Amino acid sequence: MDIVYTIWLRNMKRYLRSKSRIVGSLGMPLFFLLVLGFGLNSVVRIPGAGQGYMGFIVPGIVSMSVLFTSVFSGIQIIWDKQFGFLKETLVAPVSRLEIMFGQTLGGATTAFIQGFIILALSLFMGLNVTSVPGFLVASVFMVLIGLSFTAFGIAIASKMEDMHGFQLIMNFVIFPIFGLSGALFPIDSLPSWLRSLTLLDPLTYGVEGIRYGLSGTSQVNPFFGFVVLAGFTVFMVVVGATLFRRIDV
Amino acid sequence: MFAIEVENLTKNFNGFVAVDNVSFSIESGEIFGLLGPNGAGKTTTISMLATLLRPTSGSALVNGFELTKRDDDIRKSIGIVFQDQSLDEELTAYENMDFHGRLYRISKTVRQQKIVELLKLVELEEKKNDIVKTFSGGMRRRLEIARGLLHEPKVLFLDEPTLGLDPQTRNHIWEYIENLNKEKGITIILTTHYMDEADRLCDRVAIMDKGKLIASETPEKLKEEIGGDVITITSSEREELYAKLKTLSWVKHVEPHDGFVTINLENAERHVAEIANLSATNGIEIDSISIRKPTLEDVFLHFTGRTIREGEASSKDHMRMIHRMGRR
Repeated sequence: MDIVYTIWLRNMKRYLRSKSRIVGSLGMPLFFLLVLGFGLNSVVRIPGAGQGYMGFIVPGIVSMSVLFTSVFSGIQIIWDKQFGFLKETLVAPVSRLEIMFGQTLGGATTAFIQGFIILALSLFMGLNVTSVPGFLVASVFMVLIGLSFTAFGIAIASKMEDMHGFQLIMNFVIFPIFGLSGALFPIDSLPSWLRSLTLLDPLTYGVEGIRYGLSGTSQVNPFFGFVVLAGFTVFMVVVGATLFRRIDV
Repeated sequence: MFAIEVENLTKNFNGFVAVDNVSFSIESGEIFGLLGPNGAGKTTTISMLATLLRPTSGSALVNGFELTKRDDDIRKSIGIVFQDQSLDEELTAYENMDFHGRLYRISKTVRQQKIVELLKLVELEEKKNDIVKTFSGGMRRRLEIARGLLHEPKVLFLDEPTLGLDPQTRNHIWEYIENLNKEKGITIILTTHYMDEADRLCDRVAIMDKGKLIASETPEKLKEEIGGDVITITSSEREELYAKLKTLSWVKHVEPHDGFVTINLENAERHVAEIANLSATNGIEIDSISIRKPTLEDVFLHFTGRTIREGEASSKDHMRMIHRMGRR
């Protein structure tokens, strides 16, 4: 456990020290929130959503922030590989499983903080969080998204030689995961073939879970969503740990 | 007692044999040098001994622990400074050390005390709260050496410890290495392609070329083995000179290089006038003549037929090959 904590601690130190990255990675979600939220608030009516379109997409943008930060934290392993720091950890008398868990927890923590900042900022844009238990439910889903997608990033980083493939992963994996998740639109309004696609997207359950927590309504049963997302998290951590164990330096 | 015993160690990267049936042993308390051009297999050998790479075949004992069977015990008992930098640039010097100490499960009080002590040793105590990003190459190297010593290893691996450093810093680092060995009795294994470095530091050297170990002895013995002296002649007409020198009976070996010719022979003092006369009668202009005792550079030339620079050019192609194969 002390080793997991050590790796986690390094992640936290690096995160807190990179002010420009914190602000930089808030940029895109905030931009989405402002442009889509205010821009479409008066024209889009979503049945069942009490707080308008703004209230509807806040959970989506929060998950977006958590998703991007966590994948990015996982992929950072490539930098450690390229700049040699990974060797320092791998030659120490610790198991790779501990290193991987530490990295996953670290990534999930930074992702949660980023998501939380968006959530806090959206309070100033008219979001009302009424219940504390609801907020806790949303937090649980944010943590799960953070854990699963950091592990996902680690899995990808274990297979990649350098950052060249990063853009590819962003455009063909991460954006589709975000786009299909129902972060920006209600999945009930989709044609059935597209709807089944969104139900295959693990992020959908995260978005709906956060939405349930924040607004009390969702289109997927939150308990079912929790089970699916927790299962996906376990699966991703196992895959990430397996691939990380095989890294050659 | 041996710190390291290696028997028939081999590493095969998809058909490319980077380390080929290498056997050697290193005594406790020695400074042992692995010498050779880039791509000779030095780093691969060290990576295997440090448990980072699995050998294809062969066996090794590191501090008495068998490689691949007791890797965790080996890891606890060795320190390593990699050829490429392996610091976290966004952390401070102290934090890099602290991270290392935690990884090796050193208790907090011991850790704090040792970090300060070691940073003092490498003269970085005043910089301990500076971010590593701001450090020069030499400072980073020193910090890495200090870090490698934090868990009190019995054996310290140094992979090209002075690569890319200026002469002053190199001297400085050599002093550290010598002191560590003398005062703390740490066995040191270093790889280098600087022959002067090996000559100055190492009790024994092993010369590696193209994955094979071609000699393993004290630098003195190796130099004795070639015997005699080396004459270096600088001349613009080296081809003609080479042709003439080749026919002389007392010349043991002659080798043309870029702008100069080297001659191996016994009793150089007696023959140097003869060479001057020979060139004068043949109208060959000589810019300079120097006589010296052989260096490890000459030893390398003797064993491989190439200077270490020439060796590097050809091994770079190998490296490229490995790289391509790795991508497949």
